[in-house]
Order: sequence, then structure tokens, then C-alpha cells
Amino acid sequence: MTDGTALSLRNVGFRWPGRQSFRLTVPGFTLQRGETVLLLGESGSGKSTLLSLICGIIVPQEGQVEVDGTSLSSLRAGARDRFRAERIGVIFQQFNLLPYGSVRDNIRLPLRFAPDRRSRAGDAEAEAARLCTALGLAPELQGVPAGRLSVGQQQRVAVARALIGQPPLIVADEPTSALDARTQDAFLGLLFDQVRAAGSALLMVSHDDRLGARFDRVLRLDDIAQTERQAA
Amino acid sequence: MIFRLVMGSLSARALTVGMTILSIALSVALFMGVEKVRTGARASFADTISDTDLIVGARSGSVQLLLYSVFRIGNATNNVTWQSYQDIASRDEVDWIVPISLGDSHKQFRVMGTTPEFFQRYKYRGGRSLAYADGTGIGDLYDAVIGADVAETLGYAVGDPIVVAHGLASFTRHDDQPFRIAGILAKTGTPVDRTVIVGLDAIEAIHVDWQSGAKTGQVTPTEVIREMDLQPQAITAALVGVKSRLQIFGLQRWINEYPEEPLLAVLPGVALQELWQIVGVAETALIAVSAMVVVTALIGMMAMIFSSLNERRREMAIWRAMGARPATILGLLVAEAACMGAIGAVLGMALLYAVLWLARPVVDQAFGLWLPIEAPSLAETQVLLAVIGAAAVASLLPALRAYRLSLADGMMVRI
Repeated sequence: MTDGTALSLRNVGFRWPGRQSFRLTVPGFTLQRGETVLLLGESGSGKSTLLSLICGIIVPQEGQVEVDGTSLSSLRAGARDRFRAERIGVIFQQFNLLPYGSVRDNIRLPLRFAPDRRSRAGDAEAEAARLCTALGLAPELQGVPAGRLSVGQQQRVAVARALIGQPPLIVADEPTSALDARTQDAFLGLLFDQVRAAGSALLMVSHDDRLGARFDRVLRLDDIAQTERQAA
Repeated sequence: MIFRLVMGSLSARALTVGMTILSIALSVALFMGVEKVRTGARASFADTISDTDLIVGARSGSVQLLLYSVFRIGNATNNVTWQSYQDIASRDEVDWIVPISLGDSHKQFRVMGTTPEFFQRYKYRGGRSLAYADGTGIGDLYDAVIGADVAETLGYAVGDPIVVAHGLASFTRHDDQPFRIAGILAKTGTPVDRTVIVGLDAIEAIHVDWQSGAKTGQVTPTEVIREMDLQPQAITAALVGVKSRLQIFGLQRWINEYPEEPLLAVLPGVALQELWQIVGVAETALIAVSAMVVVTALIGMMAMIFSSLNERRREMAIWRAMGARPATILGLLVAEAACMGAIGAVLGMALLYAVLWLARPVVDQAFGLWLPIEAPSLAETQVLLAVIGAAAVASLLPALRAYRLSLADGMMVRI
């Protein structure tokens, strides 16, 4: 499953509207299908902006961001939202889930906005149950509101949600920062198994270089992206 | 699933949402309650008299005539002479005519003198006739028939004696000629319930020893009175039915232009309309005030949504990351508000029915107003839908703010 590019950024330049002092440029970065990459960067290094660009929340003024062969700039805002739902699984640092929604509903939420992904997932309920089991979540937890789960359990639900329907790209933003060292390792193990099983590419952003061992590549954010800051 | 999540989101904020829903429910209950009382009062008024074509009395205002003759509110300014009554009764157009003589009272209830025909001719609530709950009609000169409220309030039963007082709120009583209760009428929800009905000749009989509203001092024995010709000199008003409805206006005109005495004939329906025009102003004010209460509750909900936006930016970011458009976020907030409005409206109606059920006997007792408990009418359903719609509209403002926030925040919330 390593044919094709899951993600590519070329000559990207982005400036937040109304904030001339900050500019992010990415000359070139690609992620192959099935590849796992850890991107190391401190907070304030343009990490959030880069993730927003990749997910199509914002569009660069210059250059191209392509996900799974589609240029995000060519899509209108609504189509980008749907495209994100179809092709990208997102895992946040924490506060990943709708606390009032059941585990099952949280996992199935992206399918609500992505018909193709929904058909890929097949029987959504069974698929959600399968992922839960694979990620070590007890079956009886599936009906429980996500807010009642431990942080570690919540992160695993977030992984299941990102993986359902096998999107080509998984973006994770410091998913382990709220976990202690032992849970972290177990979590990463489960994450990698499932990402491999789904054949997705994984782009994880973190400040913790100890995580690097499992990844195909480890890059520093500074290596691929430059930020310019001027005193306003 | 979206609906489940919306409900989940609402129940996760149970306290603030509950308070908001409660305020909407209370305002809806108040508004609908005012509406119920209004329509109940109107129906109750309109139901008081039916199948009577004209009410005839001394010349005054049509509303006043209606009030004293049918509702026993206020007093007649003058009487109608027996001669005038006879003249009207002998007209060809007249199918039936029932005289009414008012002026005396028993405790807090009015005494009405009339002919036995009253019991056949007086109709209420779309043609219903009076019925006896107990006893029979007036058979003897000193027989009285009492309304349901009179019997209940004073604890009277058939056969009990009652003494009529002269005038209203008066201490002079017709002790010498007590009446016997011959019948008790079934509840009608009209002023008849609060009336003591006696024969027209009985009114004459108890005033035999009176002149110009005062006792003369002599006491005529009842045996003698029974032998007397008890034809009255005057009556207070008369209810008239005509043979053909086409003749109503002709007869009305003839009565209003009667040369011997200034008289007034009114159509009960028209007089009721006039009455409602007077009451209408207060009605409108009442509705306006209760509508403002609903608006206030909805503004409260709007403020609640506004203040919750900041703490919910995370939640909105998750929705966005999952592929929800900003428009979906807007829709979610509007849907939430509509749900709150709907729950509030349903709860409000439940509250209203509960209060109606509890208060109905009390209101009936105190005001003679029978509030109907029935499924919401079309108009009421429309009001409920309007409340839900208004809730959705009120939420648009905070929802638009959420829309803009979620556009700017995307998936990364910088708080």
C-alpha cells in the first residue's frame, strides 16, 4: 500500500489575514501512502498553522497542498470540509471527543459528513465495534458517554474515530502528551498496528523526540518549514 | 445520530438548559393560559344566551340592556310598562315573548320573576334547554326554582323555604311571604346558575303591601293575595323570539320607534359584539404583556447560548475537524434552540393543562367561568410552532457568531 502520495506540500506560503508579521513557508514536503512520519516542533513553531493547511481549514496564498492527489486550493470551502471528512482522520492532543456523545457516536461522527468513507466502512456499527476491540476498549464502553472515559481510553476512541473508513491520511497533534510514559507506549503500539492495518499514512506532530523509534522518518519542523516573524 | 448528539449536548448542560427551558415553559403556559381564559370567557359570554332574537328593555344602551337582562350585572334605568309588553306580544311577527322582572334579591343572588315559558324558551350554549337537577318547575304562586350555584353555595334542597329581600343588598325582607324551593336547575355555566327564579305574579304578590319601594305597614294575608289579580304594572325586560328571522329587523325598528314609551330592542349577538369591543382593549393589552413574557424568555435563551459559545469552542473545533461545515455548526446551534423551544412549549402546555385541571373548579366557583380542557386548537398549535420558530430565529444571532468563530478557529482553538 505504498503506491502514491498521501500528502504533498510544494512552495507553500501562508500569511494569516490581518497579521503581516507572521509568515509560514514550506518549500517541499511529501508523505507516501502507508508511511509514518514524526514531525518534531516546539509550540509556536507554526505547527498549528501547518496542520490547518494540511487539513484544508485554511488555504495558502502561494503553492499547493495536495492530499491523496487532490489539490486543496482547487476546492471550495464546503468541498474542502467534505474532503477532510472523506480523506483525513484527525487525532488531537486532548479534548478529542464530544463528551456527551456515546463512544459509538463519536467514532461514527466523521462518517456522517463523508458518504464515500461511510460506504468504505461498511456496517459502521460493526466497524466501530471491531476498532474498539482492536484498540483494547471493552465492548460495554461503546454506549457510554465519552466524557466518562479515562484520558487514555478517550485517546483510543479518538484513534478509532480517525481510522474508521480507512482514510488515506491520519494527522495526529501531540496525541500522547496527556498520557504517562507507560500508557504512551501501549497507545503508540495500538495506533501503529491499526494505521498499518488500514494502510493509512500517519503524520504525527510532537515536541517529544523519544517517540521517534517507531516511525519511518523523523523530521524537525524547522527542516521543512520556515517561519518569519517580524516585530510588529 | 446528529439529533442524539444535539440532545446529548443539551443534557450535558442540564442546569442552564433546564433553567432556560423552564422559563420558556412558564412563559408559554402564561401566554396560552391568558388565551384560554380569554377564549373561555368569550365563549362563556357568547354561550349565555342563544335562540333569542331580541331583548327588549327601557331605552338605555344596548350593552347595558344585555348586561342587566341576561348577565344580571347592573340595573335597569327604567321599566317597560305592561301595556307596552302587551303591544309587542300581540305583534304578528312575535313567535314567543318571555317577560323578566328583576330588582329583588336573596342573599347575594338575584331574584328573577318570569313566566313558565322561560324554562322552554331560554336556551344557552347553542340551543340547550334548562334541565332540573332536582324537583320540578313552578307550580304554586310561592314556588321558586334556584340555579345550581345558589343551591350549592347556600346548601339548599328542594322543599326548603327561602325569603326574598327587597331590592339588592337590602335589609328589608319579604318575611311575610316565604317561598318554597320547588326545583333546582342543573348547572349551565350561565348567570341562571346564580339566579332565584320565581313567577312573575309572585313578584307582584310580594309587593302588594308596598308602595314606591317602601312597606305600607299593612299586611295582606296570603289567602287574600292568592285571590287577587296579580298582573304586573311593569316588567324589567323581555326576551323575544320571532317567527321568521327575516322579521327581526322590522320588529326591532318598530320597538325602537314605539311612540308610547322609549324602548330599546337589541340583537343579543350584536350587543355581545359591542361588549367585546369594549373588553377587547384590555384583552389586547393582556395578550401583549404575556407575549412580551415569551419574548423575554427567548432573549434569555439567546443570552444563554451566547455565554456558552466560548466554552464550546473546543466542541465546535471537533465538529469542524470531523468535516462539519461552519453552516453545520450554525445549524446545530439553531437545532438546539429549536429543541429547547419545542421542549419548553410542550412542557408549558403540560403545565397549563395541569393548572387548568387544578384551577378549573375554583375558577368556575368564583367567576362562573368554565375553562375548557381540550386538545390544542389550530390557532394554539400555530402559537406553539411560532414559539419554536422564534426560538430558532433568536438563536441565529449567537449561531452566526459561532459560525464566524468556527471559521476563524478551524480545528485549532487558541484560547
